[in-house]
Amino acid sequence: MTKQIHLAAHFPGVNNTTVWSDPASGSQIDFDSFRHLAQTAERGKFDFFFLAEGLRLREAKGRIHDLDVVGRPESLTVLSALAAVTTHLGLAATVNSTFNEPYEVARRLATLDHLSGGRAAWNVVTSFDAFTGENFRRGGFLAEADRYTRAKEFLQTARELWDSWAADAVAADPESGRFLRPGGVAPFRHQGRHFDISGLFNVPRGPQGHPVIIQAGDSDEGREFAASSADVIFSRHSKLEEGRAFYRDVKRRLAAYGRRPEELKILPAVTYVLGDTEAEAAERAAEIRRAQVGPQTALYFLEAVWGRDLSGYDPDGPLPDVEPNLDEGVSRGHAAFRRDRGELVSKWRALAEEKNLSIRELAIEVSAPQTFIGTPRSVADEIDHFVQADAADGFIFVPHLTPGGLDDLVDKVVPLLQEKGVFRADYTGPTLRDHLRLAPRTQNRTEETS
Amino acid sequence: MTLHLAVALDGAGWHPAAWRAEGARPDRLFTPGYWAELVAEAERGLLDFVTFEDALGLQSSHLDEPDGRLDQVRGRLDAVLIASRVAPLSSRIGLVPTTSTTHTEPFHVAIGIASLDHISHGRAGWRPRISGRPDHVAHFGRRPPFPPQDYSRDRHPVFGDHVQGLFAEAADAVEVVRRLWDSWEDDAEIRDVATGRFVDRDKLHYIDFRGEFFSVKGPSITPRSPQGQPLVTSLAHDRLPYEFAARSSDVVYVTPRDREDATAIVESVRAAEATVGRTEPPLRIFADLVVFLDARDAAGRKARLDDLDGAEHNGDAHVFTGTPEELAGLLLEWREAGLEGFRLRPGVLPHDLVAITRGLVPALQNAGAFRTAYDTVDLRGRLGLARPVSRYAA
Repeated sequence: MTKQIHLAAHFPGVNNTTVWSDPASGSQIDFDSFRHLAQTAERGKFDFFFLAEGLRLREAKGRIHDLDVVGRPESLTVLSALAAVTTHLGLAATVNSTFNEPYEVARRLATLDHLSGGRAAWNVVTSFDAFTGENFRRGGFLAEADRYTRAKEFLQTARELWDSWAADAVAADPESGRFLRPGGVAPFRHQGRHFDISGLFNVPRGPQGHPVIIQAGDSDEGREFAASSADVIFSRHSKLEEGRAFYRDVKRRLAAYGRRPEELKILPAVTYVLGDTEAEAAERAAEIRRAQVGPQTALYFLEAVWGRDLSGYDPDGPLPDVEPNLDEGVSRGHAAFRRDRGELVSKWRALAEEKNLSIRELAIEVSAPQTFIGTPRSVADEIDHFVQADAADGFIFVPHLTPGGLDDLVDKVVPLLQEKGVFRADYTGPTLRDHLRLAPRTQNRTEETS
Repeated sequence: MTLHLAVALDGAGWHPAAWRAEGARPDRLFTPGYWAELVAEAERGLLDFVTFEDALGLQSSHLDEPDGRLDQVRGRLDAVLIASRVAPLSSRIGLVPTTSTTHTEPFHVAIGIASLDHISHGRAGWRPRISGRPDHVAHFGRRPPFPPQDYSRDRHPVFGDHVQGLFAEAADAVEVVRRLWDSWEDDAEIRDVATGRFVDRDKLHYIDFRGEFFSVKGPSITPRSPQGQPLVTSLAHDRLPYEFAARSSDVVYVTPRDREDATAIVESVRAAEATVGRTEPPLRIFADLVVFLDARDAAGRKARLDDLDGAEHNGDAHVFTGTPEELAGLLLEWREAGLEGFRLRPGVLPHDLVAITRGLVPALQNAGAFRTAYDTVDLRGRLGLARPVSRYAA
């Protein structure tokens, strides 16, 4: 049978992918922007709508980074409101496992699952930096090596809390006078390295049992964590061969956990540009990249890699002649720049020389191009090809505009995928697990209630 | 002047046997439609706002530990998320969820309530509360065990050193939240294409809070919300929480037993304002009442519920049983003690809420004591509070 494609929508984020200088760019905080994107995704029968999170504003050179969109709402609060204006769309929140406690996160996700009729998902992320920790009473205490052990134990603990209520624990029977069934709510006790908690959970089991679990890490540990515990991987591998290698590697790991390949969906984050012709699409793609990498953003990219102030350089001039300062970082709260910067400088210099590029041209050249560029037909074909070639099970689309950035995808590409018979014409069930074709999460508890 | 009226929503109502009453909807307590219908009814009645109770543990009739009871409502949904779920389905009524200052990170609360204010176009409030229960501490495992609560003196806990510490921490939590709400000036977002700057970072402020219990750097991740400072409300039964309210809140809920008690409590609240040197507008003082309302024999209905539960329901607030007209008379009388409004706790939902919106409200309107239409969208404005400029604005 032809593989069915899964589609998700990512609300435009706080990096330079999101173009705010376009006259069509709307508010990043008004509820109407969230409503528009979510309702567009639901019109396109998408599996889910995804919100990222960052718990401290990014900084560059010791000051708040001001070149990209700044400001977001609290994810779960917005998703709960979106549950009121959508009927089927899955609602995925990124919630940090470092600056939260399992009891609270488990009850908020179970609440969202109830309030959305079984549409909640949780993107489990970890963070260890003291920078973000400065906003929390816990502080930034976590060693990098502990990130996954804490995340794993956090998720395991949340599952124990969700499982502490039997699916039929609430009797609500005025006749017998029993609100709860005997044994329906079991005490929990979790004693581990990161958490030592006990007591009674206070939210009944949600319609999905457990919300859908999303994981985004790419390291060996991250892949292993996903293989053991996640329902969806939010991956970065949007090139065909890279994607196939990642897909093979992750799906192969599932057997060790007694799971089948279809129990974990791999969804790379992707971008797209449409045009009436291939040439028009390519031209629009180039325009968008110029808007994404303005003169100041180009200098900021180089400063992040060079580790020094380059504000005296002309973005339309040649690359800085000064050597990078590899001991100093200028950018904080921005994961993209935690890699080998010395090697990058040599690479970029060679590239600029070879192609005779200015600072801004280089920055545009080295920033990732849009994943899918073409006519609606060619983009639909390419999306389908990626999935049928096992480079993905579908995609998380990251639009470059708020809130209209998915309109043309839904209006022009989705109908072609539906025509091909590779994407649902309508939802077939009420819950996100239904959309993702994941089995309902059954209880780990064995005792039965009378 | 119009009286202010709020309704406190909790489970099936405030009587422990409310879920067994005729017309109750116990099988729907955990569904969004249940809450949406209650809030729509409250909005039909032009009420100022609704509050949503919450706690980080299972309900219990015991003070310090679970009670194992199966015959009362157990389980509850997160209050902030209920409030945001109903926000797009309503347009005027204020939405005031409860959170814990003892266990919940102030940063998360600040962005949650600010987000609710954005979603509701300025109708968000917040009810911070301390969590003194020893059993709930074990749900988090990051603080030393709490001592048993001491209720020996009265119906309210004796405020020993431990509880005093929790209130001091709560005051710090509110201070952090309020600073975070101000940490973005209103015009911080500039979208200046020429210079490539989305925000004017001179209008984003570190709050640099350092206290005995925690430190928070800031700024918030959420832009300043429509009200700037969503309405902060707190429940208080004694001097220490009066002083907390005087430091931290815009509205205080108090629990007088009668008209004379109301006078004494209002005096105590005003004294607490003087003690802490309050500079904000005076606290709006609301009296809490549990209400059972019928045209005939509300007391009998309440007594039958008491029988079902096996105990007389008699909590921290005065219990009123009678007709909506009688309640209107009582509210107008108590108001003379210096109360600006009332937060009514319906004994049974939706029965006693409907009696408020369709019985009490018309009775008050006939007396010229309640609005006949909403005038403002935002909640602060409804209570006569101006929108404050950010404390960080130059």
